[in-house]
Amino acid sequence: MSQESFVDLSMVRRRLAGSGGRRYWKSLEELAATPGFQNFLEREFPEQASEWSDPSGRREFLRIMGASLALAGLTACTRQPEEKIVPYVKSPEQVVPGRPLFFATSVLDQGFAKGVLVESHLGRPTKIEGNPEHPASLGATDAFGQATILGLYDPDRSKTITNRGEIRTWGAFLTALQPALAAQKALGGAGFRILTETVTSPTLAAQLDALLAQYPAAKWHQYQPVSADNARAGAELAFGEALAAQYRLAEADVILSLEADFLGSGPANVRLIREFSGRRRIEGEHARLNRLYVVEGSPSITGAAADHRLPLRSSEIEGVARAVAAGLGLPVEGADRAHAAWVGPLVKDLRKHGGRSLVLAGESQPAEVHALAHAMNGELGNLGKTVVFTAPVEARPLNQLASLRDLVADMAGGEVALLLVLGGNPVYNAPADLALAAALDQVPLRIHLGLYQDETAERCHWHLAEAHGLESWSDARAFDGSVSIVQPLIAPLYGGKSAHEVLAAFLGFGDRAGYQVVREHWKGLFGADDFEGRWQRAVHDGVVAGSALPEKPVTLASGDWVRPARQARNPGLEIAFRADPTIGDGRFANNGWLQELPKPLTKLTWENAALLSPRLAARLGIAVSSTASGATTDLVELRYAGNALKVPAWIVPGHPEDSVTLHLGYGRRKAGRVGSGLGVNAYALRRSDGLWFGAGLEIRKTGERAILACTQDHWTIEHETQTTKRHLVRSADLAEFERNPHFAREMSEEPPADLSMYPAHTYRGHAWGMTIDLSACVGCNACVVACQSENNIPVVGKDQVARGREMQWIRIDRYYQGGLDNPETHHQPVLCMHCENAPCEVVCPVAATVHSDEGLNDMVYNRCVGTRYCSNNCPYKVRRFNFFLYQDWDTPSLKLMRNPDVTVRSRGVMEKCTYCVQRINQARIDAKNQDRPLRDGEIETACQSVCPARAIVFGDVNDPKSRVTGQKSSPRNYGLLADLNTRPRTSYLASVRNPNPDMPREAGPGAARASLELGSGPDV
Amino acid sequence: MSQVFHRSMNTLARASLAIGLLGAGGGVGLVMAVSRSPYATRQGVAREQPVPFSHQHHVGGMGIDCRYCHTAVETSAVAGIPPTKTCMNCHSQIWADSPALEPVRASFRTGNSLQWVRVYDLPEFVYFDHSAHVNKGVGCSTCHGRVDLMPLLSQETSLLMEWCLECHRAPERFLRPKGEVYNAAYQPPANQLELGKQLVKLYDAKPRTSCSTCHR
Repeated sequence: MSQESFVDLSMVRRRLAGSGGRRYWKSLEELAATPGFQNFLEREFPEQASEWSDPSGRREFLRIMGASLALAGLTACTRQPEEKIVPYVKSPEQVVPGRPLFFATSVLDQGFAKGVLVESHLGRPTKIEGNPEHPASLGATDAFGQATILGLYDPDRSKTITNRGEIRTWGAFLTALQPALAAQKALGGAGFRILTETVTSPTLAAQLDALLAQYPAAKWHQYQPVSADNARAGAELAFGEALAAQYRLAEADVILSLEADFLGSGPANVRLIREFSGRRRIEGEHARLNRLYVVEGSPSITGAAADHRLPLRSSEIEGVARAVAAGLGLPVEGADRAHAAWVGPLVKDLRKHGGRSLVLAGESQPAEVHALAHAMNGELGNLGKTVVFTAPVEARPLNQLASLRDLVADMAGGEVALLLVLGGNPVYNAPADLALAAALDQVPLRIHLGLYQDETAERCHWHLAEAHGLESWSDARAFDGSVSIVQPLIAPLYGGKSAHEVLAAFLGFGDRAGYQVVREHWKGLFGADDFEGRWQRAVHDGVVAGSALPEKPVTLASGDWVRPARQARNPGLEIAFRADPTIGDGRFANNGWLQELPKPLTKLTWENAALLSPRLAARLGIAVSSTASGATTDLVELRYAGNALKVPAWIVPGHPEDSVTLHLGYGRRKAGRVGSGLGVNAYALRRSDGLWFGAGLEIRKTGERAILACTQDHWTIEHETQTTKRHLVRSADLAEFERNPHFAREMSEEPPADLSMYPAHTYRGHAWGMTIDLSACVGCNACVVACQSENNIPVVGKDQVARGREMQWIRIDRYYQGGLDNPETHHQPVLCMHCENAPCEVVCPVAATVHSDEGLNDMVYNRCVGTRYCSNNCPYKVRRFNFFLYQDWDTPSLKLMRNPDVTVRSRGVMEKCTYCVQRINQARIDAKNQDRPLRDGEIETACQSVCPARAIVFGDVNDPKSRVTGQKSSPRNYGLLADLNTRPRTSYLASVRNPNPDMPREAGPGAARASLELGSGPDV
Repeated sequence: MSQVFHRSMNTLARASLAIGLLGAGGGVGLVMAVSRSPYATRQGVAREQPVPFSHQHHVGGMGIDCRYCHTAVETSAVAGIPPTKTCMNCHSQIWADSPALEPVRASFRTGNSLQWVRVYDLPEFVYFDHSAHVNKGVGCSTCHGRVDLMPLLSQETSLLMEWCLECHRAPERFLRPKGEVYNAAYQPPANQLELGKQLVKLYDAKPRTSCSTCHR
């Protein structure tokens, strides 16, 4: 495999232009049909061949195989080791061994609460579910929420208090703190600074206020790399006061997003996905779909869901926003007329839906764009309808960048004698030009509270191990201000302290527990009358009833937003910074689930890359190639504002041409064993004068190559054979759908049911089935992590992913449709189809995969001998094989994390989606014990219950009244590869998009659809 | 040229072929026999426990119901091993100074759990549910034997999968009226098959034999 064949972009363009009709494709390699791609397509696992021809690989292979055989023989000969049963001494109330309990709490996302219910087995939290009663959850979570459980049990978490690297006790810390506090007391706190991330916790805010009252000259600074500075400043521009906007997507018929990734991130994204997807759903043959327009500088899942997407550099979006505003009749300057063909129909559409439309601006856009969005909403009559305003949710809203800048100046000026860093990792994630680390070193006493011994801990005198959010009492506000009580699920594993306890120590109560602090605070608020009842209720529900902030009436001030923020147009390259879609701003860097989670659009895992457009890649001569040991690409050097960084380049269809996106969060030096040393540190280029984008980027090929672990070509299903077109993804415009609602069914022929050599199965009881609505799915990845958590799925590491051995049972295939420059994007979650005529079952020589009496395709681990015939014969490529002992059998904390209802698989065993059979069995047994039939909806698979879009429906297809039966009778229902007569039980509902018929074809998805520009454009 | 091998070698070759085959078969048979023997299954082997707890005394002698200690049996997959507190309910009064019970008192004093040796130890890939069985008329003694006669608990049955399937394939052979489930001394009547068939219908007992019933 030494000969690489690279993707020829101009050939790809010619091919796309030549193809008639709709063509869905997954990667450039596929379009170019490179040998590497063919390898992935045609071989089950493409790596063994190279193992045999490479001498060292072969030796390694034989060594491992030899050891495996020897061990496999031996393990069968041992008797079961003696096991102990360790009962309670006094059994806690409510605990029934074998039955989990669920507790309401919240996980924090950028400081905001997202309500969850945590499953607890005998005191061990094992799984996170959404809290249906919480406004930010509505029963679902995002991928970050799911992965919190791994964060809790992360063996690399900080375990002790250290002083200059040496282990100390809490008592020793309190003793050391006294003189410093006494000195500050004398000065009124003039040299005392506190740095936190965004704080929404009422208790923490009250504690900080109390501390500031004791030290009046002390200052409280806030900083986190992804903040709401621009949104806040925009509201101030528009309304003259800082306000928080709450969006009502369910009410909006037409939505314009100015780089707002409202589906992908933010404190309300889970709720917004629900509301958005609710308006993408079609019941039967009738639809009242919303329409989404997105202008964005870096591809996001919101852009992928758009009906019309306009990729532009981030700096150009303000011009378009001004053009739309001008079109709506607002007195603005600086309108960019270059996109009139796109803006014109958009303005008409917005105007037609006055009061039922919505304009949103993203945090990466300057305050003026936010103000413009508000002004447009005002002009359209949307204020108070599709967008309402409340007082800021943060305890103390301020401009975080300015706050950090002040702190750095004070520290550099020697004015700070005592610094308390309460969470956060500013040494790693502050903009490079602030030189925070050097200024920090000037402070005589630096104290850091954090979950990890990270880059900031390293530079502080004292590091205090923080208690995880699932180990401590606290409270926090959700996006709408609703207060959520955070309760611990387990005592701190390593005796960590919460921020409340640390602040209590600063207030002179070193031994006060977090529980006391939070409870006392609420005692003050609830009042003595029936406090206990209200408190219990709040803790039980996870949310304080009626605590959402009241709506505020607003009036638009005609303000400074009239004039553009950025006058100069820059002709050169631009760099865009975004939080990473799977590890955020870097705080999840040591989370293996999130690292291995393919990023929703690029499908990269384990690292970041310089994302650039196909045209820019062609100009630079970037050569990508798919090989058996990973995707290889060119290493480029990015030079920006005096700093340089070497980054692997990655071609992303639909990326704006003269721009390069770099995701934050990687390049961690001290993240832990999982996250250290992966990817490159984008913060080294990020500057305070352009947190989100900046002009003047230089890029050059270094001549070196890099290997990336990208899953986009893995598990690829062939679209076209010589005889038939498969139509894996089926999609239509609304108009087409209305003309022919049965379009999806007509795209393939389903063989008659009795066309099989084998006798048909009969189901007298239940017969399980699932549907996935591709109209609703936005590709948020939550299901992938939920499945991993529920089913004890191991993490395999970058090298194994690069070889196509990732283990996730559910994958989300991302398809493009149309040209390279602005394709339409589709997501298709693929899991085991539980085929009626399952090709895997008939080839297993040991009957380890068999049909159950309820239609499941059972996988029996204890019978499996690892021949892999089944996965060779699976047309959907959903079977996963444990090539090595991927599961960590040794780390004690990870043992606590596992779901006790699911077998932990070992080396040499095939595994795959079971439809969460443990949940089915439990529900069936419960129903039988209570002598009642199973209710529809009683069983929710892990992927279904977490899905914010409610795209997945599971149930009994034998029950004519069940929801899943209803979904399957939809005209949009189709089976994947149904023409193979596998008769899959998992079926899809074809996606329907709602493009604006007035939009010119070449200026939107129409361009993608008709592939017009491809034929005419010069060959890059 | 004379023959290298004597004619008798033919017989010898045939005999060694037969012996080899028999030996291989015997070897397989031996492995099967060993894996089914009490040596491997630990069937009938009384296990030493930290406290010599006697079911014979407590169940047979005192007549304590199974569910007094195994509280979760009707609602959960596991029957539940009682907390030390359950022992102390009585033994803070009776036999309060017995040296044999010192580990129990020590546990209650210190808060450290007693560590019992698991007698019925299913492999980790098997998921058995007690509640599903007792609620359908499978008596405790059907699997656990006459615990009321056991001074030290031993595993009554082999716990091999073929043993599970004996009942899952023909529940009528083993079901008893629900009222008799916790009766350790219950003897099946002469017309068990007839009664069993009625009970199967009455309790809607439909044991499944699909793999995922127990393996997941």
